Amino acid sequence: MVTNWGNFPRVEADVTETSRFSEIKAFVENSNNVTIRGNGRSYGDASLGENIFSTLRLDKFIDLDPENCEIECESGLLFSDILRVIVPKGLFLPVTPGTKFITVGGAIGADVHGKNHHKEGSFASHVVHFDLLTATGETLRCSPRENTSLFWQTCGGMGLTGIILSARFKLKPIETAYIRQTSLKSPNIDAAMKAFAENPGSTYSVAWLDCAARGKNLGRSIIQLGEHASQSDLPKKFAADPLFLPSGNGPAVPLFMPSFAINPITVKSFNTAYYNRQRGTKKTSVIHFDPFFYPLDGIRYWNKLYGKDGFVQYQFVLPLDSSYDGIVEILERVTASGEGSPLAVLKLFGEPDPNAVMSFPMKGYTLALDFKANEKVFKLLDELDELVMTHNGRIYLAKDARMKPSVFRTTYSNTVRSGRFTSAQAKRLEN
Amino acid sequence: MAKTLLLLGGRSDIGKACAHRFAAAGFDIILAARGSDDLDIAVGDLEIRHGVKAYKAEFEAAAYETHAEFYESLPAKPDVVLYSIGSLGNQKVSEENWTEAEKVISSNYTGAVSILSVVANDMANRNEGTIIGISSVAGERGRMSNYIYGSAKAGLTTFLAGLRHRLASTNVRVITVKPGFVATKMTADMDLPKILTASPEHVAEAVFSAYRRKKSTVYSLGIWRQIMFAVRLVPEKLFVRTKL
Repeated sequence: MVTNWGNFPRVEADVTETSRFSEIKAFVENSNNVTIRGNGRSYGDASLGENIFSTLRLDKFIDLDPENCEIECESGLLFSDILRVIVPKGLFLPVTPGTKFITVGGAIGADVHGKNHHKEGSFASHVVHFDLLTATGETLRCSPRENTSLFWQTCGGMGLTGIILSARFKLKPIETAYIRQTSLKSPNIDAAMKAFAENPGSTYSVAWLDCAARGKNLGRSIIQLGEHASQSDLPKKFAADPLFLPSGNGPAVPLFMPSFAINPITVKSFNTAYYNRQRGTKKTSVIHFDPFFYPLDGIRYWNKLYGKDGFVQYQFVLPLDSSYDGIVEILERVTASGEGSPLAVLKLFGEPDPNAVMSFPMKGYTLALDFKANEKVFKLLDELDELVMTHNGRIYLAKDARMKPSVFRTTYSNTVRSGRFTSAQAKRLEN
Repeated sequence: MAKTLLLLGGRSDIGKACAHRFAAAGFDIILAARGSDDLDIAVGDLEIRHGVKAYKAEFEAAAYETHAEFYESLPAKPDVVLYSIGSLGNQKVSEENWTEAEKVISSNYTGAVSILSVVANDMANRNEGTIIGISSVAGERGRMSNYIYGSAKAGLTTFLAGLRHRLASTNVRVITVKPGFVATKMTADMDLPKILTASPEHVAEAVFSAYRRKKSTVYSLGIWRQIMFAVRLVPEKLFVRTKL
């Protein structure tokens, strides 16, 4: 049985793993429906299928060029392994999502975004080139100048164009492994959006939003702004080892929690506690990049908190002019339903790349919420889909497990069709 | 000066994990394997990850006559030599087909005797060095399901024990590693009990710790020491009635 991070759905699958090119090529040529899978950190059914090719054995560094800030590696290499090598050399990932346990191929396939999207775009903007094994068995080098159309179909193409074998991408120089963080308490959604609008110059920005708050508190949140700290920003205790990397793993959730572990009461108390932890309205601190970018990686297998039936993450984006109305409507619907989401993340995206085909980001606000996977929630999410469509928004495929094909067709104007390469998600959405 | 690890079996999962563990401790690495042409990426990966020097070398366990020259032409005299070559083969085919059986025996046993004798003589001369052999708990008692492989591993275990005895008065150390189930390419098709199955990284950690703490035999996972102790105690009359 194979599942992604949401533990929903579960699929019976054959998994093939190899790092030998000849074996990969033969496998592709002898299969009609191949699903490409990295580390399984998408949430829904994106990298699930009956006949999976796993890239996890393609896990090697190929080149590291600190002078030009570039790295080349095989597609199954994890961001966590890359960080271990590049941070001590004063380099950092150009874009990173909220977990470091993703592969480079996955980052391209889902065209992932991070807290710096408004300033630095999505992952595809930093890709120099990649080598793609296509359905015809050819290996093609794709870049913004070479095999251009295939390049842009593959970035955000959810693995439907072929197997990314290796990729070269840009890194950014850093002086320290620390982030200068400013936290702003916003009592409601108006204040939160105002804070985003007033801080377009911050390299990183994200808001943790309390979905249980209602009425005049609706959308109350803590906004985190961040900049890479310079040497002179570091307090004494960090200054001796500015490019410090912690070793080892954090605590793990040992087994699936009973599904009642997350209920309206625990959610509400967690969120209230989180919001009230910060006393003043503005707080600045210097923290390590790891808790700043990856707060949940500190608790391994946190997905098991939602119980055996799993959960879905619902992430949508709305165009800027309808963001406020749409998000207020959706938040009201969610709080009224009582299907609370302990984690809700709000973020203002910048302009997307004009060449993007099936990438998720668009200029406007994106909100991500977690729900236990059950019929009641799916009904609620179908209603939310209607609101997202009304406001001309769309849903992130890397999180999606249940969107209807009609919603997909309406909200994604350009799509990548599946063929020899497919997935449970592609089959569901192309119905 | 950096120490050097020679990995015989540069493509084995356990061997690779060991190479990374030693490289993380600052060892330069020589990856030796048959058909070494495609090892360039693995060599570069070791260098980038660990900031050490890495090399590849062509090595064929069954080509005994090439071993002395292979060892002479290495880019550096290794401080540690790890033998992790060993094909499980197919027991049923091995019973019928000598070519298949011989492959299992040469990769697990005679190849090791040939090259490690060359290594041991050199290390004895230099009065320094460590030889590590990846054997198996399968060598502790012959069983119907894998006795060709098991007997070759038994040979390797005994060879390493003898070598250790011979070199006990020198500074050369010999370590026998006996993994139980390990999740590798070799076992990819088997349904192994999770609690008894180690990852290659786990074995590598055990190997490195044995190297540092100068142990002579290491089981991985440790519970296999007790399991195999019990398995050896079963009287033959009863044992032959099992399906192990």
